[in-house]
Amino acid sequence: MAEKVFTRNFGIANSHTLPVYRERGGYAGWEKAKGMEPAAITEEVKKANLRGLGGAGFPTGVKWGFIPKGSTTPKYLVVNADEGEPGTFKDRYLLEQDPHALIEGMLIAARAIDSHLGFVYIRGEYVQPWRIFSGAVREAYEAGLLGKNIQGSGFDFDVVIHRGAGAYICGEETGLLSSLEGKKGWPKIKPPFPAVKGAFGQPTIVNNVETLAAVPHIVNRGGEWFAGLGTKAQGGTRVYSVSGHVVRPGLVEAPVSITLRSLIYDECGGIPNGRTLKAVVPGGSSAAILTPDEIDIPMDVDGPKSKGSMIGSAGVIVMDDTVSIPEALMVVARFYAHESCGQCTPCRESTGWIYKMAHRIVDGHGRKEDLDTILDVAKRGAGTTICAFYDGAVGPYISYIEKFREEFEALIRSGSGATPPEPTVHGSADA
Amino acid sequence: MPDAKRPEFTAEQLAEVQRLQGLYPDKRGALLPVLHLAQDTFGYVSLEVEVYVAGLFGLSPAHVHEVVTFYTLFFQQPKGRHVVAVCHTLSCHLMGAKGIVEHLKDKLGIDVGETTADGKTTLLTVECLCACEGAPMMQVDDRYEVNLTPDKVDRILAGLA
Repeated sequence: MAEKVFTRNFGIANSHTLPVYRERGGYAGWEKAKGMEPAAITEEVKKANLRGLGGAGFPTGVKWGFIPKGSTTPKYLVVNADEGEPGTFKDRYLLEQDPHALIEGMLIAARAIDSHLGFVYIRGEYVQPWRIFSGAVREAYEAGLLGKNIQGSGFDFDVVIHRGAGAYICGEETGLLSSLEGKKGWPKIKPPFPAVKGAFGQPTIVNNVETLAAVPHIVNRGGEWFAGLGTKAQGGTRVYSVSGHVVRPGLVEAPVSITLRSLIYDECGGIPNGRTLKAVVPGGSSAAILTPDEIDIPMDVDGPKSKGSMIGSAGVIVMDDTVSIPEALMVVARFYAHESCGQCTPCRESTGWIYKMAHRIVDGHGRKEDLDTILDVAKRGAGTTICAFYDGAVGPYISYIEKFREEFEALIRSGSGATPPEPTVHGSADA
Repeated sequence: MPDAKRPEFTAEQLAEVQRLQGLYPDKRGALLPVLHLAQDTFGYVSLEVEVYVAGLFGLSPAHVHEVVTFYTLFFQQPKGRHVVAVCHTLSCHLMGAKGIVEHLKDKLGIDVGETTADGKTTLLTVECLCACEGAPMMQVDDRYEVNLTPDKVDRILAGLA
């Protein structure tokens, strides 16, 4: 059994409380970090080869290093707890079962980037995680771990918890910042990157919950130790969310060298009811779909990429041989049509049209040119928008059709080809 | 419940609005938190509530309207005392969300997006709530209900006051 880092406190009674967190060694990383030079903290995180665990996989230490040197303006640390990638649920567990690991990670990160104000943006639907995390922040204030002159260190750090209000796009870091500023969650053009001009126009680092939860362990036990847990591409373990057709759906913490096959068959008990694997999405719904002959890959940032997919948020969605891939594409396309923020024309228009085409194929009204039209629209729009949302939608559009084209064609051949009724994205009568 | 057509916060709530505004480098950052407070207070975010909140921030009602209409958790019409929101994204779809939605429609006698005639329950379908390990699942007010079956849905509905 590999060592647990992120989930080491899960399942322990009252793991969300400060006394239990401390009993289990909590805040030792901060004790060490408060005596370290800020640059040395960033250096340790770089050594750890920690990659952003929210989806983009950017090296965390490098990101921190983008804060302009010698900047004297206020700098903000923003936690992206707007978990929303379909198939992902790790941050919810981290907020509920180990909130102090996030607070400690924030403290250390704040010291590294010289920030005195942090925001935690929690998705609005996460009411229970928000309550538990808020309780932990109160405890930390009462214990003098947050606020002014923390434990006599001369370091000040305040935490503001900000609830979202229902919008997937706010998980995109610049969309999140727009939302935090009291606007609709429209992503912003980069550059300037948030590290230079972010929240409220100031240098800002946005990190995912799980990413920051790794930081106390890295400081406490050294970057080399964390790097050694992983592969050349990426240090550490990470928390995989596994759902769909497996015997034991749930979270699996494993070294990033674990293969997708092992995750499905060893850790989650394989496919239930005597069925077989038809397809699997390795990194949240924005990752291209994989077929059963493509699962002998390490689940680090490079493994799924070698098959034209991505590790993303490490949300693994498993489909058995009863699944209709055209129907799955329709469901995924509905998601992107609903969640497109509407700012960029290629995304706003294509997500809606592709959903309508996928819908009519499933309804038996598909036309033989529909598949090539979807592929054409998908490929033309990729890379033309302000944020990565549409590129994420393109992953499933193209891969579902290219890898399961015969199934789509059979459905189109058997359909009537007549003009179907218009589906609605928002009315959702086609649940 | 205070009237969404003639919204006014109490003195305590106004103090809370000020506290929230003071947490951000620009008070406008508190817009979402204050809209949450307004919806909890008035039941939904009517146009009148938007105008009232805009006044508290010195923002135009158009800006507040743009924000309110962008996010799914703000209701622009009165909702039921309970909101049942079934996730219908990929993992829940694979595990039978469609059957759960059909069952709820039958049980409640309403379509998705509607509220029962007695004003008790609003039925919605929503995109991924990130509890895929418990698919199919739904949110009932503040709570996540997971591993749903028609029987479990019946028990949950029966428990709503």
